[in-house]
Amino acid sequence: MSGAALLVLADGRFPAGGHAHSGGAEAAVKAGRITGAASLEDFCRGRLHTSGRVAAALAAAAALGVDPSLLDEAADARTPSPALRAVARRLGRQLMRAARATWPADELDAVAGQFPKGAHQPVVLGLAARSAGLGAADAAYCAAYESVSGPATATVRLLSLDPFEATAVLARLAPEVDRVVDLAAEAAGRVAEEGVDALPAGSAPVLEISAEAHAGWPVRLFAS
Amino acid sequence: MHVDHSPSHDGPAVGADARRADGSRRALRIGLGGPVGSGKTATVAALCRALRQELSLAVVTNDIYTREDADFLLREAVLPPERITAVETGACPHTAIRDDISANLEAVEDLEDEVGPLDLVLVESGGDNLTATFSKGLVDAQIFVIDVAGGDDIPRKGGPGVTTADLLVVNKTDLAPYVGSDLGRMAADAKAQRAELPVVFQSLRSEAGVTDVAAWVRARLAEWTA
Ligand SMILES: Nc1nc2c(ncn2[C@@H]2O[C@H](COP(=O)(O)OP(=O)(O)OP(=O)(O)O)[C@@H](O)[C@H]2O)c(=O)[nH]1
Ligand SMILES: [Mg+2]
Repeated sequence: MSGAALLVLADGRFPAGGHAHSGGAEAAVKAGRITGAASLEDFCRGRLHTSGRVAAALAAAAALGVDPSLLDEAADARTPSPALRAVARRLGRQLMRAARATWPADELDAVAGQFPKGAHQPVVLGLAARSAGLGAADAAYCAAYESVSGPATATVRLLSLDPFEATAVLARLAPEVDRVVDLAAEAAGRVAEEGVDALPAGSAPVLEISAEAHAGWPVRLFAS
Repeated sequence: MHVDHSPSHDGPAVGADARRADGSRRALRIGLGGPVGSGKTATVAALCRALRQELSLAVVTNDIYTREDADFLLREAVLPPERITAVETGACPHTAIRDDISANLEAVEDLEDEVGPLDLVLVESGGDNLTATFSKGLVDAQIFVIDVAGGDDIPRKGGPGVTTADLLVVNKTDLAPYVGSDLGRMAADAKAQRAELPVVFQSLRSEAGVTDVAAWVRARLAEWTA
């Protein structure tokens, strides 16, 4: 693996559309579930161990070379909310564009052709990692970290939260991100033998339900 | 491990590519940026009215937190609804038009797929600051719209929008007498900042309206298709 390539892919400024999404934080702020650093940490912890872990395992499996269409179906099955499925595909399409420009590869071109409107973002993330010469754990790191850094950055904008406090939340969650990555990579390693049922399927019902409501708001800062 | 760095660009991976995936030439893209309320949407609306008979047009808007601009254009019926797309910017239009243009590129490409062929796509940025410019990966030319009511020292202050935009529009000249703006001074300052780059003074409340800007757009289109 190349440590520097991992930094490029994991950089919050990697131009793949994430900046317009709050990872459910906007709905949680409006509902009074995130009001400051402590509740942001609780929110991020919940997201990390549910959809974050699922995304990390999908990304790791894609990085290992598991068939993207099987993984895309597995991602659909693990995303009950149609709004979140649409968001995952839109972000997958945007990430695909950035990845093809950054690490050109025939494999990316083929998957882009197969999913013109986008495959699920974690699947594309794993393929991007693969094209960058990265491994399964690297891909899982990008997905798991993104599952908490997205809401943290958005909350800084939504609540005018002190950015140092938001970054300290991410630092405190780091050991748990490590653990989630280990679990995700281990599960991804079993897919070749056991099929996609080896992947985790944790979900956070409140995230799914509030994403549906958020998609219908007439006025909002973030797309999701 | 799979590392394949063969340069294969057969898809629309890079925004600045002048050709679409099927090999046809894509539409010219012109960005309109500038401070809040300077008249970007009004200029887009007037351009659509001036050009829609002669060109196949579409518009992408980038609002800060609503669909305000897209809804205005829809209400005014300047184009059929399927030719107007709103991109959500996560509170940062300048990010969506400059630093991470992926959502805008997708919007432009979807418009070409769904209502094309198109000659021209106008991309409006939500009102932002004097440093907000469009990425060259997203647009082929950009118009920066300021107005006389925002203070007649804006051309002197400069900034990337005022100094580098392909066209600077100083809008709402009809308001100059009421806000005490000195148009001569604005023109001299703009000339000093921009050297040979063009500047248009316009009032959309006047008879001439958007005529000069429409002529500039036609000239860009003639270059693009030449
Ligand atoms: N008097 C006068 N008013 C104008 C002119 N052009 C636009 N306006 C008015 O200025 C206001 C703002 O115009 P918009 O076109 O919405 O401005 P904008 O730059 O799109 O604004 P944001 O997208 O919110 O940044 C509206 O009320 C317009 O009718 C003009 O030439 N003269
Ligand atoms: Mg506007």
